[in-house]
Amino acid sequence: MTGSTAAALGLHRAGAAPHAALAAACAAALLGLLGGGFVAGTAASAFGPWHYAALLGLTLLFARSVARCGAFVGDVTVSAIVVTIAGLLLLFVFYPVGRSLVAALHDKEGNVALSLAAERLLSSDIWGLGCFGGGTTCGVAINSVVLATIVGLGTTLLGLVLALAAQRGGQRFSALYRLMAVLPIVTPPFVIALALVVLFGRTGVVTTTLNEWFDIPRTRWIYGLTGVTLAQLLTFTPIAFMILSGALAAVSPSLEEAAQTLRASRARVFRTVTWPLLRPALANSFLLAFVESLADFGNPVVLAGNYEVLSTKIFFAVAGAQHEPGRAAALATVLLAFTLLAFWLQQRWLGRASYVTVSGKGDAGVPAPLPTGLRRFCVGFAMAWIVFTLACYAVILVGGFVKDVGRGDMTPVVTHFAEGFGLAWQDGRPTFTGSAWDSFFTTIEVAAIAAPLTAIVGLLSAYVITRQQFVGRRAFEFLTLVAFAIPGTVIGVAYIVAFNVPPLELTGGLAILILCFVFRNMPVGVRAGIAALAQIDKSLDEASSTLRASTWRTLTKVVLPLLKPAIVATLIFSFTHAMTAVSAVIFLATAKYNLATVYIIGRVEAGEYPLAIAYSTVLIVFMLAVLLLVQAATGSVKLGRRSQAELITGH
Amino acid sequence: MKRMAKLFLTATLAAAAWPAAAQGELVLYCSVQEEWCRPMVAAFEKATGIKVLMTRKSSGEFYAQIKAEAANPKGDIWWGGTGDPHLQAAEEGLTDPYVSPRLDELQDWAVRQARAAQFRTVGIYAGALGYSFNTKELASRKLPEPKCWADLAKPIYKDDVQVANPNSSGTSYTMLATLVQLMGEPKAFDFLKAMHKNVNQYTKSGAAPARAAATGESLIGITFQHDAVTQAVSGAPVKIVSPCEGTGYEIGSMSIIKGAKNLANARKWYDWALSPEAQAIAAGVKSFQVPSNKKAPVPEQAPKLSQIKLIDYDFAKYGSSAERTRLLKKWDDEVSKLPK
Repeated sequence: MTGSTAAALGLHRAGAAPHAALAAACAAALLGLLGGGFVAGTAASAFGPWHYAALLGLTLLFARSVARCGAFVGDVTVSAIVVTIAGLLLLFVFYPVGRSLVAALHDKEGNVALSLAAERLLSSDIWGLGCFGGGTTCGVAINSVVLATIVGLGTTLLGLVLALAAQRGGQRFSALYRLMAVLPIVTPPFVIALALVVLFGRTGVVTTTLNEWFDIPRTRWIYGLTGVTLAQLLTFTPIAFMILSGALAAVSPSLEEAAQTLRASRARVFRTVTWPLLRPALANSFLLAFVESLADFGNPVVLAGNYEVLSTKIFFAVAGAQHEPGRAAALATVLLAFTLLAFWLQQRWLGRASYVTVSGKGDAGVPAPLPTGLRRFCVGFAMAWIVFTLACYAVILVGGFVKDVGRGDMTPVVTHFAEGFGLAWQDGRPTFTGSAWDSFFTTIEVAAIAAPLTAIVGLLSAYVITRQQFVGRRAFEFLTLVAFAIPGTVIGVAYIVAFNVPPLELTGGLAILILCFVFRNMPVGVRAGIAALAQIDKSLDEASSTLRASTWRTLTKVVLPLLKPAIVATLIFSFTHAMTAVSAVIFLATAKYNLATVYIIGRVEAGEYPLAIAYSTVLIVFMLAVLLLVQAATGSVKLGRRSQAELITGH
Repeated sequence: MKRMAKLFLTATLAAAAWPAAAQGELVLYCSVQEEWCRPMVAAFEKATGIKVLMTRKSSGEFYAQIKAEAANPKGDIWWGGTGDPHLQAAEEGLTDPYVSPRLDELQDWAVRQARAAQFRTVGIYAGALGYSFNTKELASRKLPEPKCWADLAKPIYKDDVQVANPNSSGTSYTMLATLVQLMGEPKAFDFLKAMHKNVNQYTKSGAAPARAAATGESLIGITFQHDAVTQAVSGAPVKIVSPCEGTGYEIGSMSIIKGAKNLANARKWYDWALSPEAQAIAAGVKSFQVPSNKKAPVPEQAPKLSQIKLIDYDFAKYGSSAERTRLLKKWDDEVSKLPK
């Protein structure tokens, strides 16, 4: 919002004029400061701390004046949140990405060439339908959508089965379910794909055994659509499981109990009460898996074979033998369009129904048990899937400790760990001599700084989106979510181009890595927050406001405690994602700040799987330890319901 | 209100100029394996006392990065990796010309490539193209040993050949350009179309097929021969073939980045990296390319360039961006879309 529109909005209020003037002055100063910097470019020096302080001060002052003029219902807190976050998003997402997507319109000499752009966007390489009967292959866009749809549906279904088994299938294997939910989240890229190759490749353990025992011929079925689908199901099902399991836990038992009291059968309760209440979570889970599958880089790189997908095609258009940023930009535009379409469809499907189940009223019930047939199926299927997942991890664990698991050379060695994580006693103190230590420590540092920032920015956005009414709310929601849709490679290159020169000269530092992670992972925080807030009755906030608490006090005393699960989930997600992201940071990592995944991708490229696997094992163990600590520190959240035990003993 | 106006003034005035820090080291972009980068850095630091900041990425990734950073370069020298991205950078003026006093000590092919690029890049090693096959698999299936390029198109090796996609890998583009120079363009594409039926996978990375042949995932893998040697010395049952018709080669290159902040140090590295001592480091870390300095010891396991029928590879023509774009598009349209 510019100063002049703010002034126009505020004119009807008495005494608004000076505020409008101040807002206009702030906006002008902000634009002048940033615009002047960008125009000067390399001619001027980069911004220092004082510049950033000034930018922040001006932004907050602008927000305050705008609120005083009557925007955001006059609420300074909301105004500050919206204006600051929108400003950051414009600067760190839209400016760099917009700049690099414009490359789709340019030819190699940098001239605008619209016909070339149209040709790039409409080429049969992207949209060809040859695989549906034409005898040739399909375009990358079609391939990507087919894969993402299968994976989206598959993970949602698997996640639902697992969530039902975990939440309503009895307490017997709860530790297993929790492990299952956590493992793939802490898994670096490539690892699942490598494990699948070791198991099911042409010379894989399973393939060889089947061949020797039953004479089943060796094939290459793992390379291609089937293999990538399997790898992505293994990788993303836990996300679906986390979302659906959270939603199931939050479904108010009193609703189910009411249905039972009205003599509905177990099946009918599930179909008419539980299932409809799960719809937002199902949509979220499908959407996340769909988008993650589109953006996934590590699995297709190892397993896709000749099945081309957008994410890898974009990467190799930038870094491959073609060197065509224009083509990459065109492909990225297509990918972006698909993701936005997915968000739009999700909004349509969810409609405007209410899904509030946690309200201020007492809610003391016990969840309805599942119909017996469904319960048996869910538990059985969940067990089979868990065993399969654990087998993949066993391969990884073993792979780090033997000479070459890919070649079947199972001589136990520790050299992989010694090379990467060697420790020596030098000059009377322990010294890190392994080649992986530097990147390991940097990765932890970056992830640890980025995670809380992501959670704060994401959840504040979710709060104003769901709880506040203001002009441009939908636009703001769109702004916060769109970063997730942008392919990592595009972000990486865009960040170099945009932030390599003054005024914002950030490349080569820690800040650019942190910014990259915060704004890339923030949409997950926003979504988690929106989903959680959608189930918490607004009357709780209203009660707080009625008792004359300020917006800030309501936020910290009422909303935040109820959001604890969403906060923990966001923290965990952004921490682990920052530790395992690959395609975005491959261009941003430097000698001083190298990252674990960049080190690993170098090993994978060189065919050095054992060291890559050994490093991955260390990362997995470290992240697991962090997760357990976080869980121990926060504990599990209880929503004021009676437990099974209390019910039995009659409390 | 007054307080706020004051704050506004302070904030605006505080936006004063902030001085940038100066640097006195060498930023190295290294495009060979990590194992080779590290001892090079250690040896150079020991020899000169200059602190080296090294990052390892593939040559394609660094090309994209150097291009993106061109307005304000962050790297000083780019060492290693296949020659094409270096030539491309030279063509676009992203790198700086430099004539090293050691140029006279170099092999003929290295000097020719440097001349073709107006001394914006220089060869540091060479590796011949070829393929390797898994001897265990071959024996168990009682297949004849392949010896020539033409063998790879024979129906008996259906689904047994692996090669990288030339769109993503410089190795595979070298193969495409080699075949065109060896057979003439129409025949080369006929061969590629016939071989397409035998290709089980076009991988993303150039060296991956060597690994696939080593593990038996694929019977035959087309790569640079030194990549296959690396697999062989670590105990894999592979045999390396120099195709009977003759073959092309890559020149691993080195370039000084234009606008390097530490130009003097970059030149020091440049001269040092062309010395026999520096080039001898490769063999110790299982890299068996042929060094460009005539006096550098050639590792025993390295494929002997003198015993391989090498074509007279035209780096100027096939390294140019126009010719590459044309050939890749043709390959995309005529070969990759064919049904199996």
